Amino acid sequence: MQGTYYNPADLAKFGSIGEFGPELAKKFFDYYGEVFKEGELTEREKSLIALAVAHAIQCPYCIDAYTTDGMEKGASEGQMMEAIHVAAAIRGGASLVHGVQMMNKVKEMSM
Amino acid sequence: MKSLKRQDHSLSDSFLQLEVLQARRPDGRAFPRFEEKLESIGLFPLRPTQLEIFQVNVGKMCNQVCKHCHVDAGPDRKEIMTRETMQLCLDALDRADAAGQSVHTVDLTGGAPEMNPHFRWFVQELHQRGKHVMVRCNLTIILANPTYHDLPQFYKAHGVEVVSSLPHFSARRTDAQRGDGVFEKSIRALQMLNAVGYGIDGSGLQLQLVYNPSGAFLPGAQAGLEREFRQQLQRQFGIHFNSLYVITNLPISRFLDFLVQSGNYEAYMEKLVNSFNPAAAANVMCRNTISVGWDGQLYDCDFNQMLDLPVAEGAPRHIRDFDVTALQQRAIVLNQHCYGCTAGAGSSCGGQTA
Ligand code: SF4
Ligand code: SF4
Repeated sequence: MQGTYYNPADLAKFGSIGEFGPELAKKFFDYYGEVFKEGELTEREKSLIALAVAHAIQCPYCIDAYTTDGMEKGASEGQMMEAIHVAAAIRGGASLVHGVQMMNKVKEMSM
Repeated sequence: MKSLKRQDHSLSDSFLQLEVLQARRPDGRAFPRFEEKLESIGLFPLRPTQLEIFQVNVGKMCNQVCKHCHVDAGPDRKEIMTRETMQLCLDALDRADAAGQSVHTVDLTGGAPEMNPHFRWFVQELHQRGKHVMVRCNLTIILANPTYHDLPQFYKAHGVEVVSSLPHFSARRTDAQRGDGVFEKSIRALQMLNAVGYGIDGSGLQLQLVYNPSGAFLPGAQAGLEREFRQQLQRQFGIHFNSLYVITNLPISRFLDFLVQSGNYEAYMEKLVNSFNPAAAANVMCRNTISVGWDGQLYDCDFNQMLDLPVAEGAPRHIRDFDVTALQQRAIVLNQHCYGCTAGAGSSCGGQTA
């Protein structure tokens, strides 16, 4: 095992997951490629969504990849930061909205 | 900020730039040679197709000192084309016309071409000859001092196609590459160009914008970027333009210095090499362009010019010897920087090529 769990050089080796299971890897990468093609959303919009999700799931590989991708697709610093705030707002909101559950429970138990 | 040359920087020496480009990597591996790459797809030696664009670099003097500049231009550069050399260019074009080998488009670049005191005379002469003139205008020059304020009218009067760099619709990213305050001035200059009809449907006055990345990354697809630029510039500033040309930064001069200083050189070259696209290779601009230096020397392109790589031996090497037939026989001079023209969707002075 290497010295750290995450190594930036591993990102470029993503394609090699096929080594231990080529069929599923192929299906995944084909699907992945299709997903990011321009459709009703532009490639840049998809890249910004990916960047936001990358922050929500806190995947360093994805943050690296979709920061570069966003720059390449012409997203501005402001757009990228706004996307991350969307992720943060949803994450924060997801915690906070459970506050209602807590309140329900408190009220249920209280006199 | 000073030019590399003024700083006496080692990378102001084109020989040392080529050394960096050809050096082995720290782990001992070497990037494949560009010539071998072309050979593998049957394009070596690389020959011209038809000569269509006569590109003249009228000098390295510029009012800006952009961080990525492949010319190493700036206010401290004094190398500019004399009127005599411009006359040699006109004579060369006349000879080609007389021989039935007309080159229709003349692309004027620099530096800031407008800073050459003979610029307007040269444009007038070209226009009189019926040439289609393109000027690579950096926009801020229009506002640099009152003598330039009427450039939009001058361009209009001579049917000049204006090609202008605007690396991003965000001020932050534009200024990071081109200098503080450049974005704001560029927007004002674009509004002045729009005001006389440039970029406006039906006016026939062409205004192209040039996007190139402000950093060590490749540009995305031209169509998507163009759509985004159009939307943002229209919404935020009411600006109109015709097309967006997407250009890759080649690893030479100040951009090479940036790559080396910032530790991005290896990864950037690797990206260029890995993104080699045979379709883009077949369409590289040196196949239909000839580039004239400020001193009249002939080159395959403006990049080779800045690397002091003249057209191959045996071909006419100075504008006074310009001869289309002889130039068409030459093999184009290649080196590792050429990977910048063949990566992904390709890159040329007219944008993506594949
Ligand atoms: S990139 Fe253009 S505007 Fe900027 S310094 Fe070079 S020649 Fe001047
Ligand atoms: S750098 Fe110049 S010579 Fe090399 S491929 Fe590009 S245009 Fe051609």
